[in-house]
Amino acid sequence: MEPVLCVLITVLFSASFYLMLSTHIIRVLLGVALLSNGVNLLIFTAGRLLREVPPIIAEGQMVPTMATANPLPQALILTAIVISFSFFAFLLVLGFRAYQALGTDDVNEMRVAEPEREPEPPMGY
Amino acid sequence: MAAESHAVDLSHAMFTQPVAFADWLVIAPVVTTIIGGAICLMTRKQTTLQPWIGTFVMALLVAIDAALLLRVVNNGPVTMVMGNWLPPFGIAFTVDAFGALMALVGAVIALTGSVYALVDVRTLSRRYGFYPLLMLLMTGVSGAFLTGDIFNLYVWFEVTLISSFGLLILGSSRPQLDGAVKYAFLNLIATTLFLVAVGYLYGVLGTLNMADIVRSVRELPDAAPIGTIAALFLLAFAMKAAAFPINFWLPASYHTPRIVVGAVFAGLLTKVGVYSLIRILVMLMPENRAAMSDIIVWLAIGTMLSGVLGALAQNDIRRMLGYLVVSGIGSMLVGLALGTADAVGGALLYAIHSMLVMTALYYLAGIMRRTGGAFDLAGLGGLYGANPLLAGLFLVLGLAVSGLPPFSGFWPKVVLVEASLKAGEGLLAAAILLTGFLTTLAVGRVWLFAFWRGGPLGTPDGAEHLPTARVPHETRLAAYLPVFFLVALIVWLGVWPEPVFAVANQSALGMVDPSAYLDSVFGGSE
Repeated sequence: MEPVLCVLITVLFSASFYLMLSTHIIRVLLGVALLSNGVNLLIFTAGRLLREVPPIIAEGQMVPTMATANPLPQALILTAIVISFSFFAFLLVLGFRAYQALGTDDVNEMRVAEPEREPEPPMGY
Repeated sequence: MAAESHAVDLSHAMFTQPVAFADWLVIAPVVTTIIGGAICLMTRKQTTLQPWIGTFVMALLVAIDAALLLRVVNNGPVTMVMGNWLPPFGIAFTVDAFGALMALVGAVIALTGSVYALVDVRTLSRRYGFYPLLMLLMTGVSGAFLTGDIFNLYVWFEVTLISSFGLLILGSSRPQLDGAVKYAFLNLIATTLFLVAVGYLYGVLGTLNMADIVRSVRELPDAAPIGTIAALFLLAFAMKAAAFPINFWLPASYHTPRIVVGAVFAGLLTKVGVYSLIRILVMLMPENRAAMSDIIVWLAIGTMLSGVLGALAQNDIRRMLGYLVVSGIGSMLVGLALGTADAVGGALLYAIHSMLVMTALYYLAGIMRRTGGAFDLAGLGGLYGANPLLAGLFLVLGLAVSGLPPFSGFWPKVVLVEASLKAGEGLLAAAILLTGFLTTLAVGRVWLFAFWRGGPLGTPDGAEHLPTARVPHETRLAAYLPVFFLVALIVWLGVWPEPVFAVANQSALGMVDPSAYLDSVFGGSE
């Protein structure tokens, strides 16, 4: 199972890096969304995969009697999903507002904060 | 009932003793700021009340952090585990002198910010949530300094990040949206890379508790891919700390928001990145840090020089300050590059100095704008004649940021240069000194044009066109008080650095040899 997921993670990461290299915000946004999914899958795989054995201790037992799935990565991923989703939502709105206010979604053309021909500092009185 | 038949001795899984009252201090900074933020959110329409609540909570935070530092310095690191689970399970907050000192200085910065905001953040921005966001920012920053769990560190990074987004776009002007796009995307990518590194680390070690990581890394077989993970951490945190060559988000964004927001960011955010670099590479993975030491040396030199050269090329004072923040990060990276206790202590001292000075300089730029009517060197002039007090304050801060005695910037540089020479890194020492010289030029030019020149660009030599504007009477105290407070601290650090030196040395020793840290976490179970 792990090799399959490794390939999937690789695909997600490479697609997201490709998208994030674009100068258009909307593509970068999609790249960020893919990246966060790739990372979640990575944490899940790094926690070792063991299929279909819930981490539940049978009644009357003190410890699990057989190998079970690792519940910790799922808790980590749950946190990461919530965070990355909220950030994605924020970035989506930010990107849209920037598009409205600046009239472009190409980061090379966003030169309001750093104008293209900035005055040089004075050289003398 | 099944539960009754399971009544067993829990002492091998949990702390059975209740937490000592004084240990609650460990989470008090986070709890206080969350509650303060919630109260501010509830009273967000009471725009005259909010600054008082904000300032009170921040003053409380300073007091709590000071008490925490005092306790840690006297009794060694303190640990508190959520849910009373025995480490390494459960989320641990472990406070050592390094974290507590950074948290204290951070709280001081936030306190001055909440006072200066009276000048800078008017009714509408208060309604849009300046104070709640500032409190949440402090929650994230304090949490990052105090936590002992690496995934928890990631969560605090995200808390800090989302609050900083809110603060950055408060006002929604066009430059702000432009700066925020670059800031937001690059910082989010950096924290995601951090999460990737955490995921791999967990895959290799099976633990997230920092103290447990220290133990497990030592026992790893040689073939374990821990070097790659350390490099990923370096990449992620170097991006957060604005280290060359991945620092371009900082000068693109820090000059766009309100001055108080820029000031607080300059004081806090990049330093959290530097703190994490030192915590993870010096304490958790010392061998891998040593292996990457040559690369970090060049990162440090590149950051210092690119920052200060950028500062020299700027006409706008705020942009110049942004580049000076970057340049200061380079000096802190020197401590990371060398990794000895002396150097790490020097980096900590430099971080404290940089937090105080850069924040104060941003505040001063705001006052200069209100007095002289501009942020750029061409438009400013005659400030010395108009307001000698302002000129005096700028001179102190300018000398401090350049690293000239008798102010706070001098001692950390002495320590760092000495440590570099001792390690045989003459180039690094030369870069520190050259950066100091170039910083003096950049700051001296502001002094020359904004203060000494008789008026804005074009004023003939000898003529005077003094600006007549003043900071309005009702906010004058709020504008000058934070600057005076920070300048007093800077002078104190320059003239009598002994107490802070002692704490910094103790912190750095604890970082290089974390046995006290480990004892604090595992003391109950071993």
